[in-house]
Amino acid sequence: MGQSTANDDVRMEWRTVAQLPIELILVRQLAGGLAVPTFVVDAAGDLVFVNEAAEGLLGLRFEEVGEVSFADWTTAFASRTKGGLRADPATHPLAVAIRQRRPVHGPLRILGRDGIPRSLVVTALPLEGSRGQLLGGLAMFWESSPK
Amino acid sequence: MIVQLWGTRGSLASSGPDTVRYGGNTASVEIVGADGSILALDAGTGMRRLGAAIDPSVERVDILLTHLHMDHIQGLGFFAPFFRSGEVHVWGPASATLDLRTRLTRYLSPPLFPVRIRDLDARVVLHDAPDEPVKIGSFDVVAQHVVHPGPTVGYRITADGASVAYLPDHEPALGARRFPEEPRWTSGFDLASGVDLLIHDGQYTDAERSSRVGWGHSSFTEAVAFGELVKARRLVLFHHDPSHSDAMLDDMTARACARAATIEVVAGREGDRFNLS
Repeated sequence: MGQSTANDDVRMEWRTVAQLPIELILVRQLAGGLAVPTFVVDAAGDLVFVNEAAEGLLGLRFEEVGEVSFADWTTAFASRTKGGLRADPATHPLAVAIRQRRPVHGPLRILGRDGIPRSLVVTALPLEGSRGQLLGGLAMFWESSPK
Repeated sequence: MIVQLWGTRGSLASSGPDTVRYGGNTASVEIVGADGSILALDAGTGMRRLGAAIDPSVERVDILLTHLHMDHIQGLGFFAPFFRSGEVHVWGPASATLDLRTRLTRYLSPPLFPVRIRDLDARVVLHDAPDEPVKIGSFDVVAQHVVHPGPTVGYRITADGASVAYLPDHEPALGARRFPEEPRWTSGFDLASGVDLLIHDGQYTDAERSSRVGWGHSSFTEAVAFGELVKARRLVLFHHDPSHSDAMLDDMTARACARAATIEVVAGREGDRFNLS
């Protein structure tokens, strides 16, 4: 039953550890059980979860990579032009969805971390709480035939 | 502050010879601050006796509702301070489209209840559960949404140098891949972090829980795991299943205590008082 000094320090005042909103916690639970590749980002746009199906699509293991900042993931998985050039990260559908707080659906070309180019279709949604506050967003990806 | 349990049962009031010691009334907890401020946490059937015990000279009582399931609001219409002059403030979660008043009026109106809120003698003020910490009397109160079906909040209450977290209906394991895992992904972590007293859902045995995933409740072993994750000092198992007898709760409590390595565990009984000052 012994309590550490550190525990007593915690009790001194209410502190947060930036626990994520329960809506995101439950979205991760949902995404973790889906066969559809899915990204989950927090309100800052940082990538907080990638499900197993998306790991295969992106050529990464999320357990190894961990959470990724908005700047890093939009660069790493930036849309590519038909010529393979990197598009402006701000135009990534999920970035648009949470910045403009509207759903976005359309084609997306990416280059996975495994070096394999993929043509996808993405649906990105902002997630808003019961008071209308932005909680984060999610994107679901489907592979499409390369043109 | 002093915390008193007036109802510890979950889901359905269950008085009878098998539930005498732990009690059959549903969720109702009173907190009294050193300055006499009174909070009533939830309004289950235990609230009738709570209200009867409040001195008629008390001018204000604040009721903090975690959610509007029947076992948490059924005592509202029998709360003595509503039927005399004074103020009763009711705090509880709004939904995405309806405020607390609209949601609560569905119960406190015919045909479910004969008396309407507007007909009560007290001045009744309804507040949507706050997004930011608020001061209520001598209490600092934080409300946050937690995992349970429908809009549901838990509360963290701090006063007189002590803290209480109240999460009577909570299924933190639902959103966790490996429970208990990292705090960032654990519902209720911020509310309960480091509190002196954690009143937490421990409704099920592990066997019961396995067939009731998604119902919004925890097993007593999950309650212990959550309490240790948040580094609470003492855990009160709460929201006892209506089918659990005193003997079964004795057994569950003994097993919970055996599992607990860093936290003191008790099972909440009607009439229990905790002096946290």
